[in-house]
Amino acid sequence: MTATIEKTAVTKRLHAIGAVREFGILLALALVVLAATVANPNFLFSADGWRDLLLTPSILVLVAIGQAIVIITRNVDLSVGSILGLSAYLTGRLFIDLQGIPIVAVFVIAVVFGGLLGLVNGALVAFAKVPAMVITLGTLYAYRGINVLWTGSDRINASDLPKDFLALGTGQILWIPILTIIAVVVLAVTGWIMKNTRGGREFYAIGSDPAAAELYGLRVTRRLLIAFVVSGALAGLAGVLYAARYGTINSQAGSGWELDAVGAAVIGGVAITGGVGSVWGAAIGAWLLLTINRALPILGIPDFWQRAVVGALIIGAIVLDRVLAVRQRRKLLEAREDDR
Amino acid sequence: MSDTPRMTADTPPAPAATPPMLELENVAKSFGAVVALRSGSLRLERGSIHALIGENGAGKSTLVKIVAGLYRRDAGDFRLNGESVDFGSTAQSKAAGIAVIYQEPTLFPDLTVTENVFMGRQPVGRFGRIDRKAMRAEVEQLFARLGVGIDPDRPAEGLSIADQQVIEIAKAVSLDARVLIMDEPTAALSGVEVDRLFQIARSLRDEGRALLFISHRFDEVFALCDTVTVMRDGAYIATTPIGETTVDGLVRQMVGRDVTDLFPKLPAEIREPLLEVEGLSSPLFHDISFTVRAGEIVGLAGLVGAGRSEVARAVFGVDAYDEGTVRLGGRAIPKNRPDAAMRAGLALVPEDRRKQGLVLESSVARNVTLAIRETIAKAGLITSGMENRAAKEWASRLEVKTNALSTVAGTLSGGNQQKVVLGKWLATEPRVLIIDEPTRGIDIGTKSEVHRLLSELAGRGMGILMISSELPEVLGMADRVLVMREGRITAEIDRDDATSENVMFAATHAQGAHQ
Repeated sequence: MTATIEKTAVTKRLHAIGAVREFGILLALALVVLAATVANPNFLFSADGWRDLLLTPSILVLVAIGQAIVIITRNVDLSVGSILGLSAYLTGRLFIDLQGIPIVAVFVIAVVFGGLLGLVNGALVAFAKVPAMVITLGTLYAYRGINVLWTGSDRINASDLPKDFLALGTGQILWIPILTIIAVVVLAVTGWIMKNTRGGREFYAIGSDPAAAELYGLRVTRRLLIAFVVSGALAGLAGVLYAARYGTINSQAGSGWELDAVGAAVIGGVAITGGVGSVWGAAIGAWLLLTINRALPILGIPDFWQRAVVGALIIGAIVLDRVLAVRQRRKLLEAREDDR
Repeated sequence: MSDTPRMTADTPPAPAATPPMLELENVAKSFGAVVALRSGSLRLERGSIHALIGENGAGKSTLVKIVAGLYRRDAGDFRLNGESVDFGSTAQSKAAGIAVIYQEPTLFPDLTVTENVFMGRQPVGRFGRIDRKAMRAEVEQLFARLGVGIDPDRPAEGLSIADQQVIEIAKAVSLDARVLIMDEPTAALSGVEVDRLFQIARSLRDEGRALLFISHRFDEVFALCDTVTVMRDGAYIATTPIGETTVDGLVRQMVGRDVTDLFPKLPAEIREPLLEVEGLSSPLFHDISFTVRAGEIVGLAGLVGAGRSEVARAVFGVDAYDEGTVRLGGRAIPKNRPDAAMRAGLALVPEDRRKQGLVLESSVARNVTLAIRETIAKAGLITSGMENRAAKEWASRLEVKTNALSTVAGTLSGGNQQKVVLGKWLATEPRVLIIDEPTRGIDIGTKSEVHRLLSELAGRGMGILMISSELPEVLGMADRVLVMREGRITAEIDRDDATSENVMFAATHAQGAHQ
């Protein structure tokens, strides 16, 4: 052993593997786009094609970011689809019941509302010490039930919503859809926080070894609450944007989104066992997931197979992560032997 | 020596002019009816390495956990620098400058070494941004000071235990901990690693910190420490400067108690050899050979971690071994085949009955008949009636106190659970029974019932290998005592010659334990 400490070859290689993981899905995304564009140039080279490529995944990106943060703490939030649905309907009702309400106020109310629903999840997980999988499965149904009770067979239509608000859903600034800009801003902020602040690193620490986090004296309960509140708030934000983008909201808005969000995070390299991954990976995962959904029909793959492809993608991502993890462990052990 | 400590005479000498760094006086802690610590006392001085020794269950860990803020004491005084303290959490203990390094450190495997050192208190700049450069520079400085070359950027995953401990120590030093407690730090270290650890410990001592070193290895205690405190049965016994004591003296202080006739071992006729183990070796134990004869209870003594349970598991075939043979009644048992071992007539009652011995959610009847399902089944089918009939006999013979055989096993008391596990194995009618810590966590009354039962079984010609960390149990029950230390059998002592001293000596000290 030497006194000066330099990056060892192993460390360098590990950083490379981390980068490769996220670069890998980006590459997969590029291949999908390329294949679809070759089959039909309009997929990329048309105003609509370009817009859809960026716009379609934007709302899921927000939900996936929240999901990634929760999964990194070794939990999961299955209620995000239901929160999104409630928030979307709340948005519609606010515009209908409080004519002339400022759009900003609607955003704030929906985000706070989503955050509160997330707080319920977090409190149940952190204080009742019940696995998040069970708690959020419960709130998935509970929140959706409230939604059905509240909405009934009612439906909010685009004509009920202000034009300025709907313009947000499809509008662009310099070729870039507004929703995409919102998603990227949120992504940049959460990504920075997760990487560079104590709070962000503590999410990773808690997911990496919850028992060690307690021994370190980290405020685990508080962190878990924050993770679920952020996930709920982002689902709330996604709900407003959902209303703006689609205009039509019934009691089933956002159903099934929780699985897309978990899938996006896993495809993006967020380990379901916590402690590993990034919100950037989850965001790219969401992008890939929805882009594949759009590309498959263009590539002439029957509807029937599309879900199977998504499934294969998720399993492939998990297998890849396992292989990388096993290789990493072996390299680290080898490095340790070299030290002797 | 008497069993009841004389409080006034046994507490450490009166305080000197400057109060000691850390001082515990007559600290007590109970869990329900179980007294873990009756009267713990300890005095750590600045610039000193203090050893804390005692048998398993002497109360060392409880004492440490009170200092670490994991437990709250029920009674007694706890002072830091002369001021009374009471920690409600590990964070408070840490903030007061106390660092505990456990035998198996807990790090975050996915995070880098640097992050592990600083987690929760990273240096931050503007907008709460972690100052990675400062963090990294400080780690390099720390590692240089401790003389270690661990790559600060690698994840903690895959680090050796020695390196993980060093990271814990680096953490403690960067926190400027004034009191460092090391709980059996050397148990999993190689010789070189121990030397490095000792070097670090000495340099920390020279900086004026107080170190507490808990160990079972006398050679290390004598090599490293300047003062030694002995505990026994949850109480303080004595504190002595290392120069004024010897291994013999310490051993006597550790075991000094009378062996009572709590255990009614009946004389039994010892007949032909049943279980013959020869030259058994694996990475965890070396060259283990012994014989258990019909009608004989062989005690396997030693400290926790000496490899006793590992040997038992290998003999029974749960774990593999590299070399050696296991025979039962002259016939070899293939390795790593618990089913073959069971058929040959071997039974293992494991150490942790809740995890390894019982299906806690199932009924008593189902648990008792678990190992004999194939024999009681008719055409592959089992009814509750069959289970109950088979279980009834054993439950009454063992006097399991339960209202019904349908009671869920998890709700029984520890003693009754142990009887159910015993019943399960006795139902297979084994010729040799291996029983690991038969009475751990069991109340006194049930304890002697278990002992009576073992004694009876031996009387009927069963061979019993009893692993136990409780010396009185070993001395009272065993016809012959085998002592293991660090994966080897270091002594074989006959019942008549076995004493607390020579067994403890063989368990803790390398040479010359035979009498």
